[in-house]
Amino acid sequence: MNLTLKIWRQKSATAEGQMVSYDVSGISADSSFFEMLDTLNQKLIMSGGDPVSFDHDCREGICGTCSLYINGRPHGPEKGVTTCQLHMRSFKDGDTIHIEPWRARAFPVISDLIVDRSAFDKIIQAGGYVSVNTGGVPDANTIPVPKEKSDEAFDAATCIGCGACVAACSNAAAMLFIGAKVSHLALLPQGQVEAAKRVQQMVACMDELGFGNCSNTYACEAECPKGISVSNIARMNREFLSAKLFAEKEKIIQDSL
Amino acid sequence: MLLYSSITKKVLMALAGLFLVTFLCVHLGINLMLLKGDGGLMFSEAATFMGTNQVIKVFEIVLFAGFLLHILFGILVSFQNRAARPTAYACGNSSETSFFSKYMFHTGIIVFIFLVLHFIDFYFIKIGIVAPPPGIASHDFYHRTLLLFSSPWYSLLYIISFLFLGIHLNHAIQSGFQTLGWNHSKYMDAVKFIGSAYSLLITVGFSIVPLYILLSK
Amino acid sequence: MTRLNARAPEGPVAEKWTAYKAGCKLVNPNNKRKLDIIVVGTGLAGASAAASLGQLGYNVKVFCYQDTPRRAHSIAAQGGINAAKNYQNDGDSAYRLFYDTIKGGDYRAREANVYRLAEVSNQIIDLCVAQGVPFAREYGGLLTNRSFGGAQVSRTFYARGQTGQQLLLGAYGALSRQIAAGNVTLYNRRDVLDMVLVDGKARGIIARNLVTGEIERHAAHAVVLANGGYGNVFFLSTNAMGSNVTPAWSAYKKGAMFANPSFTQIHPTCIPVHGDAQSKLTLMSESLRNDGRIWVPAKLKDVERLRNKEVKPSDIPESDRDYYLERRYPAFGNLVPRDVASRAAKERCDAGFGVGTTGVAVYLDFADAIKRKGHDTIDSLYGNLFQMYQQIVAESPYETPMMIYPAVHYTMGGLWVDYELMTTIPGLYAIGECNFSDHGANRLGASALMQGLADGYFVLPYTIGNYLAAEIHTPRFDPASSEFNTAAQAVTDRLKSIKNTGAKESVDHFHRRLGKIMWEYCGMARNEAGLNEALYLIAELRGEYARGVKIPGGVNEYNPELEKACRVADFIDLGELMVRDALQRSESCGGHFREEYQTSEGEALRNDDEFAFVGAWEYKGRDAAQLHREELQFKEIKLSQRSYK
Repeated sequence: MNLTLKIWRQKSATAEGQMVSYDVSGISADSSFFEMLDTLNQKLIMSGGDPVSFDHDCREGICGTCSLYINGRPHGPEKGVTTCQLHMRSFKDGDTIHIEPWRARAFPVISDLIVDRSAFDKIIQAGGYVSVNTGGVPDANTIPVPKEKSDEAFDAATCIGCGACVAACSNAAAMLFIGAKVSHLALLPQGQVEAAKRVQQMVACMDELGFGNCSNTYACEAECPKGISVSNIARMNREFLSAKLFAEKEKIIQDSL
Repeated sequence: MLLYSSITKKVLMALAGLFLVTFLCVHLGINLMLLKGDGGLMFSEAATFMGTNQVIKVFEIVLFAGFLLHILFGILVSFQNRAARPTAYACGNSSETSFFSKYMFHTGIIVFIFLVLHFIDFYFIKIGIVAPPPGIASHDFYHRTLLLFSSPWYSLLYIISFLFLGIHLNHAIQSGFQTLGWNHSKYMDAVKFIGSAYSLLITVGFSIVPLYILLSK
Repeated sequence: MTRLNARAPEGPVAEKWTAYKAGCKLVNPNNKRKLDIIVVGTGLAGASAAASLGQLGYNVKVFCYQDTPRRAHSIAAQGGINAAKNYQNDGDSAYRLFYDTIKGGDYRAREANVYRLAEVSNQIIDLCVAQGVPFAREYGGLLTNRSFGGAQVSRTFYARGQTGQQLLLGAYGALSRQIAAGNVTLYNRRDVLDMVLVDGKARGIIARNLVTGEIERHAAHAVVLANGGYGNVFFLSTNAMGSNVTPAWSAYKKGAMFANPSFTQIHPTCIPVHGDAQSKLTLMSESLRNDGRIWVPAKLKDVERLRNKEVKPSDIPESDRDYYLERRYPAFGNLVPRDVASRAAKERCDAGFGVGTTGVAVYLDFADAIKRKGHDTIDSLYGNLFQMYQQIVAESPYETPMMIYPAVHYTMGGLWVDYELMTTIPGLYAIGECNFSDHGANRLGASALMQGLADGYFVLPYTIGNYLAAEIHTPRFDPASSEFNTAAQAVTDRLKSIKNTGAKESVDHFHRRLGKIMWEYCGMARNEAGLNEALYLIAELRGEYARGVKIPGGVNEYNPELEKACRVADFIDLGELMVRDALQRSESCGGHFREEYQTSEGEALRNDDEFAFVGAWEYKGRDAAQLHREELQFKEIKLSQRSYK
């Protein structure tokens, strides 16, 4: 396959960037998208150019490192896959492919196609866990969990934190990311203990980091490589409202909000 | 208000919006009385009731507050959303989404402009800020309506406005449910259907009146 | 040759850990605050250790090369995690798990460590459930299990095909909680390039900020390495692109011994290689072998017809199929340990019975299972794996058998550690895959997750206290001291020298060549002549690398090629040590199969009289290393020829 690539090039966080055009040829349709970019980079390196920086690691669709906005869609044209699992057979010979980094105020560009997603870490640090210590927990089978709930929790927990939801959202909102974590933990008895505190703190953190609001366009669900449902956002809203309206207020939470 | 969390803002917007949706239903009911062909007797009676009843007066304040809240939050949230992505994509988004959902702000603005005109034409006349057209009493909504709808241009504008309102509502109703957390896999399809049906009803229902008046002229 | 002492407590194996815990020194909470610990890596071992140590009150600094701790390659583990819960009432116990692990490892692991692993395995499951890890459950609401290779009981807990991901998110959550509490500081996008020793003890590290290129110094009272395995020495492996040996290798060069480097695990169920541009291999969970049946055509003419696409696999009648694992190992069938399954696949392909366009693949067939259990059951068990396969290969496993072939997956070798998980450098610990300790010459499925979390949650927090108890009077170290200056300068010089070579070929070019050498001569089957050839080829490659690697960009900026160049330089050196180790071990055991040492039936032939030891290598300059032995004593388990027939 022969392709024309239009790629966002930006030397560093502070530098100006622009779209630059490249041609690649002889790409196998069985290659992955990254193997195609590898081929481009090898060519650039050998011809004294500057290879394109992009984030990638496991290359099997699970670590969530990869983050390319391809032809107007995060992770490209295929539904339910990450960029690393995108194969060139999804494109036609002679295609022009636009490749851009995720765009959001909370995800500043570091270099070329790489963005800083530590905002997601901060949101999890705000409460995306169950506060248990190592040691001193009951036997794993002490609390039965209905299989349906457990499965639903798992569906929410499959989030890989890639940020495609933010990239796809017209408002750069992180609601699906947070909704998934809030849902995962709120659906399990182990997570319910802190549910009220968790949702309030995570939402407050999200707002502080400059993500947008949810307009319920559901672009996030359409682009999520793990197919996480927007019903998780509704569940978060529900949790949030009931926390605001009915939860006992702890002094420390009041202060931290 | 600025300090409210993103979800609180959206929830208040949704609550106000859903309240306005129920108000539309009442308004439509009164409008449809024009079709009765009794020379506006029933319509005027209803209009007088709405204009004089003390309980309704309280609700009027709530209604204005609802409009204000919905519009102000709508503007506020839209600005915040724009700020959340300072650099736009070179290649526009082509994700699969419901088409109308992306244009809530735009349809909202059109509906708002209509609302202003509507206020000037009716409410401002009623409370005496604007002088009524010659020969029509300030509280005579029936003749005022007949006069306005006798103009094909005004009727067209009216119908187009309600088309946009319908588009706005089509997404808004299910969106309101989602924002309030009333999303359940068992019921969401029904909510979406009812939302679409209701928005169609509003557009068609409100459009019948000018069409009827024009055609029966 | 010195004889290494693991310093395991005396007494019966089942009581050693209890005895250790009762006798080890403790650090009081006020003093913990004065002690700093560096953890390198945020996989299951690193994240769980950092979280647990932070929770205890130590000041922890944790480093990862990824943009966030949650992306460490533990996430890629699909199948599950073992624990001796005996929830299935099928006769499991800590002893059985211990026994299976020792036997599965072909009797090359240390009894005391393995027993401890089996013993704490149950606590891991309890903790993970409390953290909200959504393990698979029965309709009654209790946890369910599946069986896995190398065991006759169902002891594997799982979360669909994402067990590693879910466990790591649990540990990442715990870590995030400690970060928020201020007990742990996270340093992401950092490569740890060197260890700093003060008076012979590990006291810090030199790291490179991958975004700015800045060389940073970090001091601590103890350093914990949890940087994972080194499978990427083969270029193509199931490891992540960034997985590397550099922190462990820098420790080796500073005096930590490297044990059993040649023990690598080749995973039997990976997606076969498609072509030259291939950058990595994708694993299909071993759990697929529970329901899939492995076969190749029994007749060479069918192989030909399949390759020419004249017939479909489903057209081959039962009588013309060779279910070679079921044929050779009737008792375990498709569930034989990984090394056995991998070699059997290679044997068939080498004999010309391989399928697919390249002829290096075998079928993993679900037709029977779908018929027996129904489409929906199979979908609920393996749905996401099937999807993943279809995405990569563009064929549906529901309709046609999967094609699989072995690929490098896990490295049992690693830094030598004693019972306390301390390397031969005082104050330097190695946990998880980067140590050598628990899996002997072969790791059983679903044991890596268990070991990583056991080390991080339940072992290291005790053993590191025993060391740090004597350090409470040691003041915080000054990262501007001469030891740090020297180390930082050495790193800077090394980066400059790598950057300024002759510029002929890219880093990947050399890495690919190294991978080919290793796969060819030090892969699934090895022999003396091949290994000697490999030594020669690696020396040649190293020479070329030093003279002609081309790296664009500068040292003080974001430069992924420079990162790779440092990693590959270490891989080349490590490759050589692996070959040396494979040469010295004149026997076959587990993942190490020397063609000269096999039974008449082609099975691995151990030599327990001469090789029942851990081979630990000491760095003696760039191309020299000295072998030390830790004799393995089997008091609980009688050594026997592994048989899965």
